[in-house]
Amino acid sequence: MILLNQLLQGVFLGGYYALIACSLSFMFGVMRIVNLAHGSIVVLAAFLLFVLADRFEISPWLALVAVVPVMAGLGLLLQRFVLDRSLRGGLLVPLLATFGLAIVLDNALFESFGADTRSLSPYIGDLSYNSWSITEDITVGQLDVLILAVAILLLGGLQVLLSRTRIGRAIRATAEDPGTVGLIGIDARAVYGMATAIAMGMAAIAGAFLAMRATFDPYSGGAQLIFAFEAVVIGGFGSLWGTLAGGIVLGVAQNIGAAIDPSGFFIAGHVTFLTVLVGRVAAGGDLFRFFIRRRRA
Amino acid sequence: MSGPDLIVQRWTTRSAWFVAAMGALVVLLALGPTVFSAGLTDRLTTLFIYVILGAMWNALAGYGGLVSVGQQAFFGLGAYAAIRLSHAEVPVYPAIVLAGLAVGVLSLAVGEVMLRLRGGEFAVGMWVVAELAHLLVNLDPLVQGETGTSLIALNAVGAVARRGYNYWLALATMAALLGVLFALLRGRVGTAIQSIRDDEQAAGSLGVRVLPTKRIVFVLAATGCAMAGALWLSTAITFQPKAYFSVQWTAYMIFMTLVGGIGTFEGPVLGAVLFFLVETFFGARGVWYLVGLGAAALAFSLFLPRGMFGALDQRFSLRLLPLGYRVMLPGLLLRRGESGRG
Amino acid sequence: MPILSVEALDARHGLLQAVRGVSFSVAEGETFALVGANGAGKTTLLRAIAGAHRASAGYVRFDGTDITALPAHTRVPLGIALVPEGRKLFAGMTTEDNLRVAERRDRPGPWTVERVLEVFPQLVPKLKARAGDLSGGQQQATAIGRALMTNPRLLLLDEVSLGLSPVAVEQLYTSLRALMRGGTTVVLVEQDLNRALAVADRVVCMLEGRVVLERAAKETSREEVLAAYFGLGAA
Repeated sequence: MILLNQLLQGVFLGGYYALIACSLSFMFGVMRIVNLAHGSIVVLAAFLLFVLADRFEISPWLALVAVVPVMAGLGLLLQRFVLDRSLRGGLLVPLLATFGLAIVLDNALFESFGADTRSLSPYIGDLSYNSWSITEDITVGQLDVLILAVAILLLGGLQVLLSRTRIGRAIRATAEDPGTVGLIGIDARAVYGMATAIAMGMAAIAGAFLAMRATFDPYSGGAQLIFAFEAVVIGGFGSLWGTLAGGIVLGVAQNIGAAIDPSGFFIAGHVTFLTVLVGRVAAGGDLFRFFIRRRRA
Repeated sequence: MSGPDLIVQRWTTRSAWFVAAMGALVVLLALGPTVFSAGLTDRLTTLFIYVILGAMWNALAGYGGLVSVGQQAFFGLGAYAAIRLSHAEVPVYPAIVLAGLAVGVLSLAVGEVMLRLRGGEFAVGMWVVAELAHLLVNLDPLVQGETGTSLIALNAVGAVARRGYNYWLALATMAALLGVLFALLRGRVGTAIQSIRDDEQAAGSLGVRVLPTKRIVFVLAATGCAMAGALWLSTAITFQPKAYFSVQWTAYMIFMTLVGGIGTFEGPVLGAVLFFLVETFFGARGVWYLVGLGAAALAFSLFLPRGMFGALDQRFSLRLLPLGYRVMLPGLLLRRGESGRG
Repeated sequence: MPILSVEALDARHGLLQAVRGVSFSVAEGETFALVGANGAGKTTLLRAIAGAHRASAGYVRFDGTDITALPAHTRVPLGIALVPEGRKLFAGMTTEDNLRVAERRDRPGPWTVERVLEVFPQLVPKLKARAGDLSGGQQQATAIGRALMTNPRLLLLDEVSLGLSPVAVEQLYTSLRALMRGGTTVVLVEQDLNRALAVADRVVCMLEGRVVLERAAKETSREEVLAAYFGLGAA
């Protein structure tokens, strides 16, 4: 029964990982960039929400309505001034540039907010601790359920956006061949800007839930990037739903690890990730497969 | 090469002089501890370690096309291996050297998996490796988690002698690693490395053995970073896993390489000197100094991708080390090789 | 006023100059064929007209407006569409999505998916198939259909018959002739001289980046064009 509970908590944790992973996987899918500043951007959003809640007493839910567009706007700037230029510099430059950006963001946050760990949980009332009891041993937190639901909604929304809408088609076409879309009147840079804005908007939502479900500090970004990346890789860099599956596998593995040994939480996650990698290498498969093409195949 | 008017040069007079001067400089520097103050000796030891880190990261990214944000894995493991070897009664300085080599051997296994990854997958994948290495080292009862431990055997060596040994070992390691890298780049491996960096698929289809070549660079960089970690331990004595497995080490390496000049042999050395100066003068400013490092790395990657040395080289045709070839026609100078990225 | 005029246009690939001082103009409704050996600069010229390749000197005017500096995606709303060499479909997307992605709000016109299907009925059963899985002829039809979806006034066709079976080429040209009769201005690059002469109103032959012959199709012969094609004699 305790094991079952661990598994269930792992599934919900996986929902959170899918949430932070979907923008990473989306940006990679569209622009072929692994954004090394992704974790730091999630943490930046968390701090924005924290400031609004702490200093201006704005409910995190309301604040999110403002922070998502702000982060999306920052995404446009990020694309315009950093990514666009770095994409022209070759394969390595986007990695170097986004890593540099991550260092700037992390340390600037530290300079502004200090080393204290923060959380939004005091600002969301009883949602942070309310739970439903399934049986005597098994309870599920309401916030955890909400996070998983949001993750599913976001992934589903992204899927609908990509497959059904005009901008979605433009994004898919640009992802496949940025050199050709100009010939049908699509500005690849504008599409990239839009995609980055969408990714940063989703990162803001992930930041909100990071801050609500746990504590964070200016240097939490690295861990968020790693978790997101692990979820995406375990899921196969395949479909969007693979990301959810990958997040759940990661969350479950971590919870099982934690049940074995207190320090087993992270170790089990990393080992699972590396095992999947080794397995893929042994099977000779290409690790990163472009998700849009796969989904259509 | 054909054509009677074509002159192919590898060693220019200037580069021959420069290599000779470098050799002489190393010999002169070897006299350091007998001449320099204790403080200066310590600072120079630090500088040598930075040069190792910068040169090794550059070997990986600038020549192998592999951006790793997990080189702290080897830095930390090198220090840890030194602790373990010393604990097993290996004399302390041999333990430091052996630690580097042992981690180099271990990196062969790591490379087997990681080198199949490309671009961002490799970058973050290496970071995961570093995190895992950190967590596993923490499990060792000798280390006691984040409490850490010390290289106690060093206490048996007097402070003055220790300062000298650290300095000489760091200098020798730096010279040896730079020498190995130089020899590699001049040989067959160097040509293969550059073709892979320029176009991996084309290199593969032309018969360049991509994976074995990458493996050599990866193991060299891992060994170098591990040696740097063990040397750092010899100066710091205490081993706190968090400090050694910090991603900040990789940030420093990236700063040195980018600012100095990625893909040039001389660049990271220049970058290490610059980093050393920046740290000396601004290190006390704490976090703003780190913001500055990140901003510099970002700016250089976007606006001056070949770094300071690349810019200087373009301007003055410095060509200090004979890595590429210089092909001359009367009135025309074509250059192939190491610093020509575009 | 010509719909398209190219004046002293130069275009380079690095050190190689692919197009050298090319000038010509195309009248509205005309079908204009570019012929020449491989490497004569035809593809680069078409790409420069579409904005996919930057001109290093000279001018491209469309409808009297200088568009030389405009990027490709801003030329499309003016009414220029290129069917690129090698088709360049979005292989992972369906045929239908390949057509719909080119739909433009800022340039309304007669072309819809339905109309494209009328012109290229071979695509009807393949609408939901991945473009990458289509036959060569179907892919080419999709590529032309995609260009038509932008409602072009000027359609640039680069080697549309390359790699297709004779039957597929025949089918394609039947559809294209209907388009040309309908008044769309067409500039096409075609390797098959007979076909180029049969379908075009005017023919331009390029050699090593230069225009070496310009004739009304009716007033020239295969022999004359061939001589220019290989750079033989005075053309």
